[in-house]
Amino acid sequence: MKKLILTAAALALTAGTAFANDVVRMGTEGAYPPYNFINDKNEVDGFERELGDALCEKAGLTCEWVTNDWDSIIPNLLSGNYDTIIAGMSITDERQEVIDFTQNYYPPAASAYAAASADADLMGGVVAAQVGTIQADYVAKSGATLLEFDTLDDTVAAVKNGEADAVFADKDALAPFVTEGGDLVWSGDDVPLGGGIGIGLRKSDTELKEKFNAVISEMKADGSLNEMIVKWFGDEAATF
Amino acid sequence: MFDTCADPKTLEGLSWLLCYLTTGKHLAFYSSFFVVLALMAIVAPVALAFGFGGAIAARSPVLPLRWFGKAYTAMVRGIPDIVFFLFVPVVMDQGLEYLRYLYKCPHDGTPVWANNEFSVCAAAKLPLSTSPQIWHEVYGFTLAVIAFSIVFGAFAANVLYGAMNAVPRAQLETAEAYGMSPAQVRRRVLIPQMWTYALPGLSNLWMILIKATPLLFLLGVEDIVYWARELGATKSQLYDYPHPDWRVWYVLALLVFYLGMTKLSERVLDRLSARLSKGQATMAGEAQRKAAV
Repeated sequence: MKKLILTAAALALTAGTAFANDVVRMGTEGAYPPYNFINDKNEVDGFERELGDALCEKAGLTCEWVTNDWDSIIPNLLSGNYDTIIAGMSITDERQEVIDFTQNYYPPAASAYAAASADADLMGGVVAAQVGTIQADYVAKSGATLLEFDTLDDTVAAVKNGEADAVFADKDALAPFVTEGGDLVWSGDDVPLGGGIGIGLRKSDTELKEKFNAVISEMKADGSLNEMIVKWFGDEAATF
Repeated sequence: MFDTCADPKTLEGLSWLLCYLTTGKHLAFYSSFFVVLALMAIVAPVALAFGFGGAIAARSPVLPLRWFGKAYTAMVRGIPDIVFFLFVPVVMDQGLEYLRYLYKCPHDGTPVWANNEFSVCAAAKLPLSTSPQIWHEVYGFTLAVIAFSIVFGAFAANVLYGAMNAVPRAQLETAEAYGMSPAQVRRRVLIPQMWTYALPGLSNLWMILIKATPLLFLLGVEDIVYWARELGATKSQLYDYPHPDWRVWYVLALLVFYLGMTKLSERVLDRLSARLSKGQATMAGEAQRKAAV
């Protein structure tokens, strides 16, 4: 009964405010710390949460956070389940054929290999990467055997249980597994990939894209974006 | 949840575990068990109703109705479940939004399907993007329930169709000889007697339904499998409660849950089966009669 009253109240509320202001639904993965993750209070957290909230506030938008599997994150944007992808997604030509990106809010980042030993066979062995990422593309072209997984965590698990010789991912996301876990070490050289990270949008949403572009420029100019990057990725992170 | 949990990094041992197991995320995990139970509780009767309708239609003397009943069971049984589970929610979602588009959107020539985008105006979105997240979740869950019901309804239809044919013809003939109309025969003789034949098939379906609930995860509903994977994943120092890969423990908990559900169902179904066999001209009914003498 209580639930019924609550739902009735919620319905009345939504009916009243339905067209008062547009809500931008921010789609993220929620499994790629420190870019985005779900914290212990069951809220979306991370660099992109803080940045997204700041951008929305500056642009005067009401934003709501939604999580979606990485695997289907672009199709669900296209079918309108949410309005943006803000999930550590690098700007690539391939993706730009399907969706639009804002200007980058994170500079082109280094990707790195992590393996059980520093002398792992990175070019001829088995390398794990998350499905649909630029790292997966890179591994496929490098000559190594690509082993794809749904989440970053699965790729790391594959190296730990010996299924793969190494894992290739964004260095920032991989770092905790190397510095805290103890089982993995960096292997080989860092590889710069992609054109930086931007917010993904439907091609038809040009207005929203311009709004975000304007506030990203603003945050780049006043240095607040750099502050945020240093806060989440440490002093050595690349800034603008 | 508790005041002592304010600073988790200083905790140790049992108090750490207590705080860990009562984080907001874990509470969401526990409530997702109810999502799964709710799915089963809703799908079972709805699928049974679909199945009943399908079976009656497949036996109907009216040809188009019979075609419909047979086509329904043949189609759904022939297509892999997973294809159906992916297809039904997407089609329903876009179909409903398209219907709303026809009524609620200005028709200024903007195409709905273009450049592999599906876009309707904000007013036609279902649920509206302004509505709270809970409605988006309820909506996704409802689509899942419909997909499950259609699939399991088709299997139930086939089971019930077979059970109706298994009722001895002599029973129906006797009823007809008493002057009952076809509807009366169906209601008073056929349907009460068919359950005992249908039960083994239906209990199989129920077990399969229990085991198929992790497909919710595939439909984007945050069910127990989603949470087990999410909570078990390696947590770095960024989180309040860092821990290594604990997925095996969470999956073990799911294993216990599913085994428990199966055991409970078996006991209930055994009792139901004993009850339905009472006074029936079947081997089980005969055995009961002999035991009672």
